[in-house]
Amino acid sequence: MSLNTPDTQVCLWTLGYDNPASLATYTANGGYEALKKILAEKTPAEAIIEQVKISALRGRGGAGFPTGLKWSFMPRTFPGDKYVVCNTDEGEPGTFKDRDIVRFNPHQLIEGMLIAGYTLGAKAGYNYIHGEIFEQYQSWEVALNEARAAGLLGKDILGSGWDFDLHAHHGYGAYICGEETALLESIEGKKGQPRFKPPFPASYGLYGKPTTINNTETLASIPWILRHGGQAFLELGKPNNGGAKIFSISGHVNKPGNYEIPLGTPFPDLLEMAGGVRNGHKLKAVIPGGSSAPVLPAEVMMGLTLDFDAIAKAGSMLGSGAVIVMDETVCMVKALERLSYFYFEESCGQCTPCREGTGWLYRIIQRIEHGQGRPADLDELLRIGNNIGGRTICALGDAAVGPVASFVKHFRKEFEYHIENKRCMVNH
Amino acid sequence: MPLIEIDGQQVEVAPGSTVMDAAHQAGITIPHFCYHKKLSIAASCRMCLVEVEKAPKPLPACATPVTDGMKVKTHSPKAIDAQKGVMEFLLINHPLDCPICDQGGECQLQDVAVGYGGSASRYDEAKRVVKDKDLGPLIATDMTRCIHCSRCVRFGQEVAGLMELGMTHRGEHTEVMPFLEAQVTHELSGNVIELCPVGALTSKPFRYLARSWELSRRKAVSPHDGLGANVQVHVKDGRVYRVVPQNNEAVNECWIADRDRYSYEALNSAERLTRPMMKRDGVWAEASWQDALERVAAGLAAVRQQHGPAAIGGLASPHQTVEELYLFTKVLRGLGTESIDHRLAQAGAAVGNGARWLGLAIEDLEALDRILLIGATLRSEQPLAAHRLREAVKAGGQLNVLHAADDNLLCKVAGKIITRADAWGDALVRIAAAMKDAGAAVQTDTAGVNADDAARTIAASLLGGERRAVLLGALAQNHPQADRIHALAQAIAQACGAKLGFLSVAANSVGAQLAGALPGPDGLAAAAMLAAPRKAYVLLGVEPELDAYAAAAARAALKAAEFRVALTAFKSATLDDCDVLLPIAAFAETAGALVNMEGRLQTFHAAVPPQGEARPAWKVLRVLGNLLSINGFDYDSVESVRADALPEGQAHIAQHLDNATGAAGTSASPAVDGLIRLGETPMHQLDPLTRRAPALQATGAAPEAAACGALLARLGLEAGISVRVSQGEASAVMTLRQDDRLADGVLRVPAAHPATAALGGRFGPITVERV
Repeated sequence: MSLNTPDTQVCLWTLGYDNPASLATYTANGGYEALKKILAEKTPAEAIIEQVKISALRGRGGAGFPTGLKWSFMPRTFPGDKYVVCNTDEGEPGTFKDRDIVRFNPHQLIEGMLIAGYTLGAKAGYNYIHGEIFEQYQSWEVALNEARAAGLLGKDILGSGWDFDLHAHHGYGAYICGEETALLESIEGKKGQPRFKPPFPASYGLYGKPTTINNTETLASIPWILRHGGQAFLELGKPNNGGAKIFSISGHVNKPGNYEIPLGTPFPDLLEMAGGVRNGHKLKAVIPGGSSAPVLPAEVMMGLTLDFDAIAKAGSMLGSGAVIVMDETVCMVKALERLSYFYFEESCGQCTPCREGTGWLYRIIQRIEHGQGRPADLDELLRIGNNIGGRTICALGDAAVGPVASFVKHFRKEFEYHIENKRCMVNH
Repeated sequence: MPLIEIDGQQVEVAPGSTVMDAAHQAGITIPHFCYHKKLSIAASCRMCLVEVEKAPKPLPACATPVTDGMKVKTHSPKAIDAQKGVMEFLLINHPLDCPICDQGGECQLQDVAVGYGGSASRYDEAKRVVKDKDLGPLIATDMTRCIHCSRCVRFGQEVAGLMELGMTHRGEHTEVMPFLEAQVTHELSGNVIELCPVGALTSKPFRYLARSWELSRRKAVSPHDGLGANVQVHVKDGRVYRVVPQNNEAVNECWIADRDRYSYEALNSAERLTRPMMKRDGVWAEASWQDALERVAAGLAAVRQQHGPAAIGGLASPHQTVEELYLFTKVLRGLGTESIDHRLAQAGAAVGNGARWLGLAIEDLEALDRILLIGATLRSEQPLAAHRLREAVKAGGQLNVLHAADDNLLCKVAGKIITRADAWGDALVRIAAAMKDAGAAVQTDTAGVNADDAARTIAASLLGGERRAVLLGALAQNHPQADRIHALAQAIAQACGAKLGFLSVAANSVGAQLAGALPGPDGLAAAAMLAAPRKAYVLLGVEPELDAYAAAAARAALKAAEFRVALTAFKSATLDDCDVLLPIAAFAETAGALVNMEGRLQTFHAAVPPQGEARPAWKVLRVLGNLLSINGFDYDSVESVRADALPEGQAHIAQHLDNATGAAGTSASPAVDGLIRLGETPMHQLDPLTRRAPALQATGAAPEAAACGALLARLGLEAGISVRVSQGEASAVMTLRQDDRLADGVLRVPAAHPATAALGGRFGPITVERV
């Protein structure tokens, strides 16, 4: 099986066709077959969830939580309203995959949400689309109208007697709204701030009703799983890491972009597909899963396969699959300053450690970068990080600490050089 | 019941409890800021992080539900480390301005910092500075001190029912602020001062006047509305510096209304009467107590001799204490008159067999599931009872309203009839008819009356549910058809098994009735006493023009009398026609008792001495009784007076409460032709004290005349113009405002305000014309 071919592609296969986003392209290639079969055969929800469990599909938004397990938490027989929410609030720096799914294969996402809605007993679904990708919001609306016209949404879908509708919700670009409970608050028209858990969305979600929230790529993988079977999806990847996954590779490579490849693919293969490191430079470090993931030095990264378990074992995370490549010209202090500024600006401000701590981290790193660092600063950064990590309402606190701790851990010498010499060791 | 272990103690807690609840139960203190027992859980300050066995991370005690067998350590090294970490974050951007902060000494942040803070800051970067906000005359802000606990925001959303403060911006730039530079106007707004765990929100009138540790705390009872909120009076050098809530779950919980909080400012008003005054040849002069009291005794004796005792009338304020009112009635009855009343604002309701009261416990207001509120401008009359009723509605109760104005009660209203006051009786008959149609046994004649949809909605609501109440507000009590409204309310309440209750207007309305401050068999009620002027008036704590149902008539009656004496804490323009003014102790300066609307006897001691030569009114009345040679004035303490007034205390009260009426519900009194006035007492004009509290007065604009747009169009008048409103001979000039929440035919012109003190009856006919 060769890499990045239509055989191994789950979500981005329509790119090989004209009008990739159209309903015609999707249905001509087996689109909506899974839904039709389910509605015709009245497949029990348990059977669908079982296939998702077999597939070892893990959440593509960053946490990698097993999707089948998450679906099994939903109180499907709860008599009131229930919701399915798709998280297209793709704000993690380095990540640009979900927007391509919405743009080039929206019907597979619609089908995935329909199947999720059917399985989980939801009456409606919402797709929360990040504020900075307005074109995708518009193309999603076009696809929804196409589906509605074809009787795939609304009342009595495909004559099955089942009602379900989908709506788009446009965010305003706050990173925190990608956190699932902040996203729910935002849909409800409130300020995007995470809720304390428990209760979890499965019991108290959108408008206080049971809700399942999945990432765009996760939901778009569902039709493939039901068409080909959970086992086939699992076999695309490796045990406990089923399927193919889109990697958004960016930074110092010759051909940055989205590559949908099987989980478990060695990192050097992906680097080669992306044309290798630019200008023949040497690879220095890689952030393997979006800006929140701890950075890994080149020598560690070159020995890893791209799957949840291997990267976790190496001390980082696969996250959203956003692979940020840095070559030898990168000043790690400056890179961390930029990352820390992001978390400082995007902290919602609700809980103390993140609100106060992210600013403190950023200011110290900024001082070091600008030649005003002190010898005690590095230990202070780690100490402050320890006081943020694990003590906040949501994971943004941990996300802010991840880069700081890993940059200092793997590139401490660069930081020390900055502090001692009041200048950069890479760019003189 | 889950059994958990907390710091080694086994505690059995109610299902659904949090770790914080369990800690309270076990007597363990967990430091916290955002947690507050009356507010929703935010779990955002993170100060209450504790170690829970098997949990990988420390968990917030306030938001973590207990599970059976859970083991919690609140002071383990892991817990302390987390708490200290949070403390450090809270302090890095907090200004170290404790020496000039009013919160100093009573600051939660300061207290917790002593236990969990470092002795020096490791934070060496620039500190945050936040622009202060103008929240109005009551609340001072130092927003740089804010620790973003969101208590004030949640208070607005959850308790006040009006979100006037919100969190804007993100991250470190988060700020608490009002909407678009608006101010905070809610009647309970001052409570955010206690809720604020730091010095970000403090009392504006109290700002920089004293340090908290210099103040002595004395318990007292708020002398304003019928709730009788428990308060603490903070005192230094014989002066009241501020008033704060005293927790009493059965009465005011931990809240007080703004007028309870800020009215103390009037104690130091320039209008305080500090020496007896007598008019000599039409000119006021200070006098000795001896001369003044002798003049009073002689003046009253002369009127009695010349015109008979029935020519003397006594008007007392229901904001005075039980003891004062009791001795007041004893003096007047000793003189031989039965024309005694405390119900100045009433047009002439009959006296019942017992004291009119709420009909249920204040606490039980929250548990009601069906309510009919008749003629109550709830938020200004009863700020805290309004909160209790909002809680009832939040819990699924249905609130139904009969009023002339569709005011925003900040909660869902199930059914409403908004109509001019002279149509309220008929509206109640329609509700009764609808109940009859629905099969209820209604003991009033509804023949020939057809229910409408609004009446049917209310009837259906009242006939559902289990815990019901029909409540009569101040307007229903002051109404010219008060007896008819009362009788119909009684019939409706009986038909659906509801409690019938009165929302008592004043802190001691019930106590005044129990003390006998009501007309006797041959005596006149307040309105009659002023309509048919007496030859002499004895006034206790009243300002007749402001307190009376018909202001202009009150003024005229006083003018026409031969002798007038006022026992008063203030020199008031409305008392200018008097002959003698006797200075009496005001709130916090005297001991006594108040009986609130649920019949609760609440006693208190004096917190400060009376100003100047002012004396407690009960002592003044005692001397006056003796000077008039009336028997039974040998009291040596306020307790001995109380023992006579309420012989068995609380038990006596319980036996003397009665809301029943024998009045008829059918006798339709004539409707008013043309426009009818809606004359309410503004929230901060309730009594002489609130009228003189500068900060409270600064919250309101001058009174305006308001009418709905349809009426304005018919009259050819536009909002914003100056108009003359007239009631017979009496008139006043004011600005006209459009308010589409008012029923057609209604002109809302506040009473109890100097600007409208020249006008007539609160629900009388009124005209309006362009000036």
